[in-house]
Amino acid sequence: MNSETLNTLIDALGGTFLDILPIIIVLTFFQAVAIRKSIPHLKQKLTGLVMVVLGLAIFIVGLEECVFPIGTEMAQQLTDLNFLAHNDPITIEALKNASHIDPGVYLWTYVFAFFIGFSTTLAEPALIAVAYKARDITTGAISAWGLRISVALGVAAGVTLGVYRIVMGNPLHYYIVAGYAFLLIQTCFAPKQIVPLAYDSGGVTTSTVTVPLIAALGIGLASSVPGRSPLIDGFGLIAFASLFPMITVMAYAMISEKLTKRNANV
Amino acid sequence: MDVFPIILVIAFFQLVIIQKPFPNLDHTLFGVVLVVIGLFIFILGLESALFPIGEKMANEFAIKGNAFWIILFGFSLGFSTTIAEPALSVIAGKAGGLAASAGAISNSNDSVASFVLGLRITVAFSVGLAIALGVLRILKGWPFIWFILAGYSLIVITTFFAPKEIIGIAYDSGGITTSTITVPLVAALGIGLASSIRGRNPILDGFGLIALASLSPIIFVLGYGIFVYGVGGS
Repeated sequence: MNSETLNTLIDALGGTFLDILPIIIVLTFFQAVAIRKSIPHLKQKLTGLVMVVLGLAIFIVGLEECVFPIGTEMAQQLTDLNFLAHNDPITIEALKNASHIDPGVYLWTYVFAFFIGFSTTLAEPALIAVAYKARDITTGAISAWGLRISVALGVAAGVTLGVYRIVMGNPLHYYIVAGYAFLLIQTCFAPKQIVPLAYDSGGVTTSTVTVPLIAALGIGLASSVPGRSPLIDGFGLIAFASLFPMITVMAYAMISEKLTKRNANV
Repeated sequence: MDVFPIILVIAFFQLVIIQKPFPNLDHTLFGVVLVVIGLFIFILGLESALFPIGEKMANEFAIKGNAFWIILFGFSLGFSTTIAEPALSVIAGKAGGLAASAGAISNSNDSVASFVLGLRITVAFSVGLAIALGVLRILKGWPFIWFILAGYSLIVITTFFAPKEIIGIAYDSGGITTSTITVPLVAALGIGLASSIRGRNPILDGFGLIALASLSPIIFVLGYGIFVYGVGGS
């Protein structure tokens, strides 16, 4: 381990500790003032908290030091005009001056967006936590893997569509409002038990792992596509990544309910 | 196992599409080992500390039956964790730079700093409010979908009046407010509460807090944008 990595580890430990400090203050205050009982198994809980901070810090260092730089660089390379034009100067000029952008030029960016959205979501610690909880309280009716894969598919589809929007330069709220409308209609047909969990899965998907990579992709893309402003067009991918998992989780529940019914009838 | 797909995707694109060898491969592999170890320790800690603490506290509050304390607890938890959220600081900083360059606020460090702080407090307040409301919903057993319908309607209406510079940031802010440590704790709080109150179903009533906490910042940040830029923007 070189000294640079060590410094990042110390920074990450500090950052994670700062993240958990307000939680500790609030918990201690309410435990002391409102509940007025000492915490049972205090030692075990403290050890657990230390493990949460330490584990998250090591995890973040590994990502930031070694995985993100490659991901970010890749997003830049894929959206680079030289790569798109296969280093052909005439094509580069044509791309720069085109009044209408052919969305097909960015094919590899869509493919990359899909797979990076899918794979980063599978590694998201907050989603793993909620998936375990969901499995426990439904005693296995909602499998942790089923939930994680449907959320990951949702993020993948959302990010891909979001990337397409950046390339086309359409207003973000058209897509999001249309998504909300679809979501609300779907909610009427979805099994009732899944609805709150499905809506929760929109918020949990976008944390430590997904946000930095996806934000880098969006801002990188908006900076390189001619005519796009990073500030107006670069944001919004996270909004897509929070919207689509709700749709796919409900779809997962609808499909698995259908399958269970069919099996029961046979 | 959880990070294996990321490695696969990155390796495929690097070698097959971009067709360049990996820059410092051993450094990257070292990082992957860190990620795997870190995730393992995190999940162990989660199961032995965060989940039990959240559930135990929800349980105690439910036994005491004091609605005021638990709603205040929900608000404090939401507010305090969001104000410390690093991802929020980054996005708020970007929004501050944008507002200054658009001329909505004066381009001095002081006014940008106060804009950024204002934005962070707005988001933290809206998350606190959302969790407090969500806790009240679990206590009362109100249908979850009412809140979602009302929230989405408010978002659509506010978007209509909001300056276009703030819309992207506002919609994104819903997703970034709930951090990796907050999510397990809030989920445990909701489920613990719904399991302790008679007549509540943990699946139906226990989930939904995070959804509200992702929804309300959108409305409040749009509102903040209108407040700073004026209706419809410059």
